[in-house]
Amino acid sequence: MASNSSRGSSERHRIAQHRLSVIAGHLQRPLNGDTTIRATECKAQGTRPDVATEMKTVPRRRQEIMKWNGWGYNDSKFIYNKNGQAEFTGKRYRLSGMIIPGLRDWMESTFGATVQHKTPATPVLNTSAVQPPTLNEAFVEGIKSTGIPFSHDPEDRVFRSHGHCLHEIFPLREGKVGRVPDMVVWPKCHNDVVKTVELACKHNVCLIPFGGGTSVSSALECPPEETRSIVSLDTSQMNRVLWIDEKNLTAHVEAGIIGQDLERLLNESGYCTGHEPDSMEFSSLGGWVATRASGMKKNIYGNIEDLVVHIKMVTPRGVIEKSCQGPRMSTGPDVHHFILGSEGTLGVVTEVTMKIRPVPEYQKYGSVVFPNFEQGVACLREVARQRCAPASIRLMDNEQFQFGHALKPQVSSIFTSFLDGLKKFYITKFKGFDPSRLCVATLLFEGDREKVLQHEKQVYDIAAKFGGLAAGEDNGQRGYMLTFVIAYLRDLGMDYFVIGESFETSVPWDRVLDICRNVKARIVQECKDRGVQFQPLSTCRVTQTYDAGACVYFYFAFNYRGLSDPLHVYAQVEHAAREEILANGGSLSHHHGVGKLRKEWMRETVSDVGLGMLKSVKDYVDPNNIFGNRNLL
Amino acid sequence: MLKKRDDFEDILEERRHSSDLRYALKCYTPVLYKGLSPCRASELKSMVLQSDQLQYVINQVSKEMGRTAEEVQAEASTILDEMAHRLQISTVRFFAFTLSKIFKTLFRSICVNEEGIQRLQQAIHEHPVILLPSHRSYMDFLLMSYVLYTYDLSVPVIAAGMDFMGMKIVGEMLRMSGAFFIRRSFGGDKLYWAVFSEYVQIMVKSGFAPVEFFLEGTRSRTAKSLTPKLGLLNIVIDPFLKGEVFDISLVPVSISYERVLEEALYARELLGVPKPKESTSGLFKARKVLSEDYGSIHIYFGQPVSVRALAEGKVNRCQFNLTPRHIPRKPGEEIQSFVNDLAYRLVRSQEENMVLTPWVLLAFLLLQNQAVGNERGMSLDELTEQAAWVRDLSRQFGAFLHWPESLCAGGGDKQDVLLFFCSPLESEMPHSAMTSEEELLNRAVIILSCASYRNQALHLFIRPALLAVAIQAASSNKKQEVYNSFSFLWNMFSNEFILCPGAAVQDFEEACYLLVKSGALQISQQEILVSGRGHRTLAFLANILDPFLEGYQVRKCKFPIEGAVELS
Repeated sequence: MASNSSRGSSERHRIAQHRLSVIAGHLQRPLNGDTTIRATECKAQGTRPDVATEMKTVPRRRQEIMKWNGWGYNDSKFIYNKNGQAEFTGKRYRLSGMIIPGLRDWMESTFGATVQHKTPATPVLNTSAVQPPTLNEAFVEGIKSTGIPFSHDPEDRVFRSHGHCLHEIFPLREGKVGRVPDMVVWPKCHNDVVKTVELACKHNVCLIPFGGGTSVSSALECPPEETRSIVSLDTSQMNRVLWIDEKNLTAHVEAGIIGQDLERLLNESGYCTGHEPDSMEFSSLGGWVATRASGMKKNIYGNIEDLVVHIKMVTPRGVIEKSCQGPRMSTGPDVHHFILGSEGTLGVVTEVTMKIRPVPEYQKYGSVVFPNFEQGVACLREVARQRCAPASIRLMDNEQFQFGHALKPQVSSIFTSFLDGLKKFYITKFKGFDPSRLCVATLLFEGDREKVLQHEKQVYDIAAKFGGLAAGEDNGQRGYMLTFVIAYLRDLGMDYFVIGESFETSVPWDRVLDICRNVKARIVQECKDRGVQFQPLSTCRVTQTYDAGACVYFYFAFNYRGLSDPLHVYAQVEHAAREEILANGGSLSHHHGVGKLRKEWMRETVSDVGLGMLKSVKDYVDPNNIFGNRNLL
Repeated sequence: MLKKRDDFEDILEERRHSSDLRYALKCYTPVLYKGLSPCRASELKSMVLQSDQLQYVINQVSKEMGRTAEEVQAEASTILDEMAHRLQISTVRFFAFTLSKIFKTLFRSICVNEEGIQRLQQAIHEHPVILLPSHRSYMDFLLMSYVLYTYDLSVPVIAAGMDFMGMKIVGEMLRMSGAFFIRRSFGGDKLYWAVFSEYVQIMVKSGFAPVEFFLEGTRSRTAKSLTPKLGLLNIVIDPFLKGEVFDISLVPVSISYERVLEEALYARELLGVPKPKESTSGLFKARKVLSEDYGSIHIYFGQPVSVRALAEGKVNRCQFNLTPRHIPRKPGEEIQSFVNDLAYRLVRSQEENMVLTPWVLLAFLLLQNQAVGNERGMSLDELTEQAAWVRDLSRQFGAFLHWPESLCAGGGDKQDVLLFFCSPLESEMPHSAMTSEEELLNRAVIILSCASYRNQALHLFIRPALLAVAIQAASSNKKQEVYNSFSFLWNMFSNEFILCPGAAVQDFEEACYLLVKSGALQISQQEILVSGRGHRTLAFLANILDPFLEGYQVRKCKFPIEGAVELS
């Protein structure tokens, strides 16, 4: 048995090494002996994972496949090609390698952003701009003796010094680097984390857990006032599915795993979690737990808090976990809820047991065009009232509809473009929809084929009552594809003086229209008042429906040519927009979290007593503020 | 201090040169609110009746009164029928034609600041607009609609008193030109209040048309701005506070008459002669006014006030987060004081943009130098000299003067002035055939008419005048002492004049600033000193307040009638 297992293990090792070399070949990088990517098992962990270890997407040196000063993979980006047409590079996405003929015009007409006015990013990090690390020698010695990999290479440190807020990325593009972690550690399993946290407590260093690095709340920013050595605890190497329990439909997973790997590994066994936040290519399970994430298919699968069955977290006080996996308990306040949304202030989530579902038999996209946004919202409200929301239902406003249109790739056949023209004619001329008012909802149905079709009919029938016209599967599918590439588009914008970001809220149904209108108008007004020379893009979509309300997502971007301090203007406008959200009955955040960006509003959001409760938990769990990222409180 | 003000354009000028009929039938395509969902007046009604707000109150009332919801609903519908306007463009055109004819006979000119109109146009496009004209005459709302029609702007819907509805035909015509009628008092009537507020709010929210009402609630019989009534203002800004619209623009409009149509009526009303009931026959009888000259009218559209900008930091809109917004709630203290401040601020900006004619300033002088018994009044030369002095003083105080070139001190045609300012009084000149009682009444009417003219400029002098009296009354010239007595007077007169609540200190400082600027006072850290030439100014200013102070001393029986306060 023992020999069997060791053979199995070495076999796996061999396969992994092979795959690594193949992938390294793809990445055109020599695979030599001292590569930082090593497919080794965590020795400290006694149990062996049930699921075959496979090459994971996130290497320790992330900068080798991902941008250090922008979104996503190095090989994927929007560019203007030789002919001056927009193109999406790489091979990873459906849009990759395609020409997007409408994008340039859209950029020019929406922002006044022309090709002549360029603001390219610094291509390579100037490591001399990174301050030398303040190391806690005793801690470093301790880590060395445990064998946990670590680094104080400037590139590694800079990569972990930020999330993806505009004010984090923008300076990086200019080659400016602020306070960065002094050291990065890569624990490989729960026990490694226990050791790291113990050492950190013993030597009083500040730990900042780092998962996918997709935060948009300044949560990863190193507090400038922190004088201790800051250690970034990168969870990416804790990425195994430890077991799958088909009887209970649960899987036990290490928390560093990123969304796409988790889905892929589970898919191999015929399962999925169904948790698909827009950032799932890069964000990690631990990050989802720590920020109370939400996935686009939550209507079927639930949000992260509905999905977790068991959580293990390492804190300075020790390990917190429940003693059983009962599906619901009445044992006082649910301690999971201290962990969910704790944003790395209490400890590191190391392992999570999650619900899983069989991969759905059938998936179908769809879309509906409404004459105006009001009708669209009314339809979504009715769908929610009847509790028949598809896996995903999203309503884009007119500006976003136009934007989606601009992102249509070049159509290859005359027939398709003819069909498109016919559709447009039908909707605008025959049905009398005003192209400057209409809006579109995208749908995703999942389940048994028969049920999906039935469900689809029900939803389209409701839509028809609100003047909605079915607008085809393609539009729907493109809508969802865009959510993955849209983040790349900001980098293109920043190449041409356009800065922008998205933010979200949740709001009761009766306020959805009001909040959309007011926040959009507030953004426009604030931009004007603050001297922005160009009309900003201010647009929204309703991305989730609940019984009692909806989640609304805003996009906001403007051309900053002529402004001396665009980031400051941006921050002021965003601040005003958040004030407007709160004044209109919206929440501080639906799923992005609070971080440091929004913590000034925490008190009014949860009341004095509420804040005191959270503080007292922090004081008990982490009296020396080892988890010192200063988020939330 | 001197405000930059726009120039005026006479809109009657064109009417005198081109066809009124063509004007009434012109192509009329007003700018609309960008968020407008087009609806007709009749659709408004069903929107109101179906609204959550009204449905909630209907259910509540039906439970409380033990009536069926249908009954209450029917009552609401009746109330709404009685209230609602039925704006029709044909009626507007009819008025455009008739009013052109009438205005040309009555007035020499109707002057409008065109820049204000442009601002208004912009405001209408961007946000729901509330028009807040000053109220001195029945003419006000006719004029407003007339001007807006002339400039191709949406004619407003106007909150009018129920009295007009009683007028046969005319009432209905007013309704069709955009008036909606509200009862003068409906304190306890929950249902009425709900219908009314929902009706107004739906018009505001939908951007149907600018909503117009009079902050002062009623025509000021004395030409002195009345303290604002807050009910309607509360209603119209509610959609903003609840986040139902992004912003609301409040546009104060100052309508200054050289001579109001109701001049003599007002004076008689003040003396206790009851107000004639609004009736069509009464209107017809009053056609004799057509033969008289009522001079010019100046209509100044003020800077639109953004409710959002003013509420910033004063009202926490989150207070509406925790209860459904359709459940009626009494506004909290924060909102009450915000609305109150807002209302005073608006009335003040109405006052500031009132155009003052020479006659108004002369009224001050004439009233201060009345011929009583053997004392004769003042000579024309004296009057001319003093008028120039008052003119200069008022300019320093930032007055919006309309002072014809020919009246420049020293030169000019004095006859012309005299002719002009005496005309209002002529009709009241004693005839030999009068009984002594009638003569007394006539004399009182003359003085009250004069006082009305003086009142038009009271806002200009009130703060310095309070300071002047305070200096006289204070036991020393210590700044603190003077302030104390200023503050006493300020509080006492807070319902008499437009003194923004809680702004005693600002008003004191403003008064000090003006008097120092005009050279009447010298103010050091601790003391307030009257300069040599300041005595004349202070005497003049203190004199202004005299009748009011006397009025407030009723118990000393100086004026043994109840209306003493009104007298001033």
